[in-house]
Amino acid sequence: MTGLVGYASYLPRYRLAGVDIGLRRGDRVVAAFDEDSTTMAVAASADIPGVRAAAALYFATSTPAYADKTNATAIHAALGLPADCLAVDFCGSGRSGFAALLAAANTGGLAVSADVRVGRPGSADEKLGGDGGAALLFGGAGPAIAEVIATASLTAEFLDRWRATTSVTGEQWEERFGTERYAALIRAAVERVLDTAGLPGADHVVLTCPNSGIVKRAATLVKGEKSVVTSPIGFSGACDAALALCSVLDIADAGQTILVLSAVDGCDAMLLRTTTALPKARQPRPVTAQRAGGLPVAHLTYLSWRGLVELEPPRRPEPDRASGPAAGRSTPWKFGLSGSRCDACGFVHLPPARVCKGCGATDRMSVIPVAGLRGTVATHTVDYLAYSPSPPVVQAVVDVTGGGRFTCEVADAEPERIHVGSTVGFTFRRLSTAGHVHNYFWKARLDGKRDG
Amino acid sequence: MASKGIAGKVAVVAMGCSRFGERWDSSADDLLVEAVTECMTSVPKLDRDDIDAYWLGTLSSGMSGLTLSRPLGIGDKPVTRVENMCASGSEAFRNACYAVASGAYDVAMAVGVEKLKDSGFSGLLRQDPPGDGTAAELSMTAPAAFSLLDPAYCAKYGVHAEQMRDAMTHVAWKNHANGAHNPKAQFRSPVAKETIDKAPKVAGRLGVFDCSGVSDGAACAIIVPAEHARDYAETPMYVRALSLVAGSGRGAMDPGYDYTSFPEVVRSARDAYQQAGIDDPRTAFSLAEVHDCFTPTEIVLMEDLGFTDPGQSWKDVLAGDFDADGRLPINPDGGLKSFGHPVGASGLRMLYEAWLQFRGEAGQRQLPDPHTALTHNLGGRPGSCVSFVSVVSGEASY
Repeated sequence: MTGLVGYASYLPRYRLAGVDIGLRRGDRVVAAFDEDSTTMAVAASADIPGVRAAAALYFATSTPAYADKTNATAIHAALGLPADCLAVDFCGSGRSGFAALLAAANTGGLAVSADVRVGRPGSADEKLGGDGGAALLFGGAGPAIAEVIATASLTAEFLDRWRATTSVTGEQWEERFGTERYAALIRAAVERVLDTAGLPGADHVVLTCPNSGIVKRAATLVKGEKSVVTSPIGFSGACDAALALCSVLDIADAGQTILVLSAVDGCDAMLLRTTTALPKARQPRPVTAQRAGGLPVAHLTYLSWRGLVELEPPRRPEPDRASGPAAGRSTPWKFGLSGSRCDACGFVHLPPARVCKGCGATDRMSVIPVAGLRGTVATHTVDYLAYSPSPPVVQAVVDVTGGGRFTCEVADAEPERIHVGSTVGFTFRRLSTAGHVHNYFWKARLDGKRDG
Repeated sequence: MASKGIAGKVAVVAMGCSRFGERWDSSADDLLVEAVTECMTSVPKLDRDDIDAYWLGTLSSGMSGLTLSRPLGIGDKPVTRVENMCASGSEAFRNACYAVASGAYDVAMAVGVEKLKDSGFSGLLRQDPPGDGTAAELSMTAPAAFSLLDPAYCAKYGVHAEQMRDAMTHVAWKNHANGAHNPKAQFRSPVAKETIDKAPKVAGRLGVFDCSGVSDGAACAIIVPAEHARDYAETPMYVRALSLVAGSGRGAMDPGYDYTSFPEVVRSARDAYQQAGIDDPRTAFSLAEVHDCFTPTEIVLMEDLGFTDPGQSWKDVLAGDFDADGRLPINPDGGLKSFGHPVGASGLRMLYEAWLQFRGEAGQRQLPDPHTALTHNLGGRPGSCVSFVSVVSGEASY
């Protein structure tokens, strides 16, 4: 097995107030209207240095944006991975997230998982779930921050949680039934993986499970010398285990063992040992920092984002679906946010152009990737008239550091904080959906203290 | 290579303009008939068979010359539909003028029409070819695109947001006051400044009164060689300059562009002034009809057209320089703001006001002894637009 060389998590910025959904305290992490499992996978992956060297891309989700079309290819394009890098989906359940992890550990590559967990208004799923993404990079250049010592998998068929393929919200049997089954599976998996490793126990235990009875009892089910953690945001589907692992990698010391237990339709276990490289290779913003703060979203607005209520739209036509061939020709721009820079005079074109607007030179262009750069707001507006899945649309003209300008939407916008000169980064989002075609493109995202 | 223009070569001998507004009772065909009938009635020495060729400007109310030939029953004459976004009416006029100046035709008609209010949607609709879905225009409406001027202008010139708001309000107030005297305007009531300030927001700081009226309408003009003009009309309107600039879209990509000006307008104005031999645009005109699609547009245009210095327009606006009784009346007919903006008709509607003013037929809006007018028509948005400028005079030798 290859070693883990990098990791990063992504938590969206919006929060549902606990009081709106029946939580006694706190709030729930929710993806914005323009986020889906694909965009959050991009956001998590892009924070790993060296991700472009990934040998393969394994994308896991229980809420794929498309069926019958690989979603990992959009992530592949947004990350600017080479054409000869395998990119595949592991669609299904929380178990798919662990499968991606295993595959990446086996072959080297990126295991990225993301989910948008939706519950019916008033349900436990609405209250106890969370949306997010997590990416773990195995193999390749750079020192390992953790080595895989042992793995184990137990499979069991029983009905604890399910969702119709046509439904956005899921169902659960009486919780105690699943709790009992999972408790036994977890104990057996722990025994097996520790046996294989020849260890009496682990320093840190990560235990995730869609059954909240298990989550409540985690610390009594499995002992960890240093910590026992569960999902940092509530059950987050395919990324639940990876996200919890990220939160432990944020704090674990070198030379410690981490036992990852993902109990979904069985129980999967992966035992890792951190190396001395970990403390210097932690993700830029730990999970706890990403979890703190955030922007409130009204419950009704949130329900409209998930299609559970329909709000009155502006009196404007819905957009046409993006053209497949046109999008195909512009993949480096649309998915990768790459422009062209004139070799003759240096003028940067966003989107790329063949004839230079600065000097008129034709076909003398080099590719210039912009997605990882920052920008400054030249001017901005709030469009109350434009069609949007969540009006109003906030827009800015952004001057890219190092050259180039383009106009785009502002994601997770707080219009009152935007002014001429504000600094922004770029984030991959879904602008809209028409004719069942998702229109992915990049938006600007304001820097600031309220980062989610 | 040079833009030589056709100064002195052609003249307008008749015009027509429909009533603008939400014309629920009228189709594009009806609007065309209304404008053309007025036009033909005003020039008894010409009848329809005398018109040798037609140019029709429309953004979205029909395709091809058939959009005009069918409702008017024109048979066997050349009819060309042109489109240059909101400058389509001016483009029809420009092409018709060139056709006559070239000697190819003795009499040409330029027509513009737009039927916007059948769509059921607010504002203008776009008809984009299939694309990759990334164009900013797709998710940014026209008011939003032009509202970008406001914060950029304030930041560049150190204008306080409230001062800019007052200037924008003044533009809307002035154009509504002018339009109140125009029986063909969409909006015919003065609007209090407080009402303008407190209007619901459309984009950025633009409220509904900062936006031009979405309107149905048509307008037209008959163009003949200048030397024959007085055979048909006692007071023809002479064309001294026609300029059109289509930008490369550089501003939308160039951090050097600051969203406080339309370089395309500056270039088209310079070209037009050179064609017409105008040295000082501040004193050359009796009136100007400019593309006040949104209030900050008119503020910026005053600078781009050379009517005031950069950074100075908002002060001149507030000082009343461009009011009907100011040093240079801007949009005395109410402009796009109050007359309404049936896209393809607007460029010809601007010329129609100059036509009425020169003939002394502008009623309550009549200016004392007008001699020269500028019309300015814009299509697109800041950073990427087409700009048209014409200079017309009431006298051949002016």
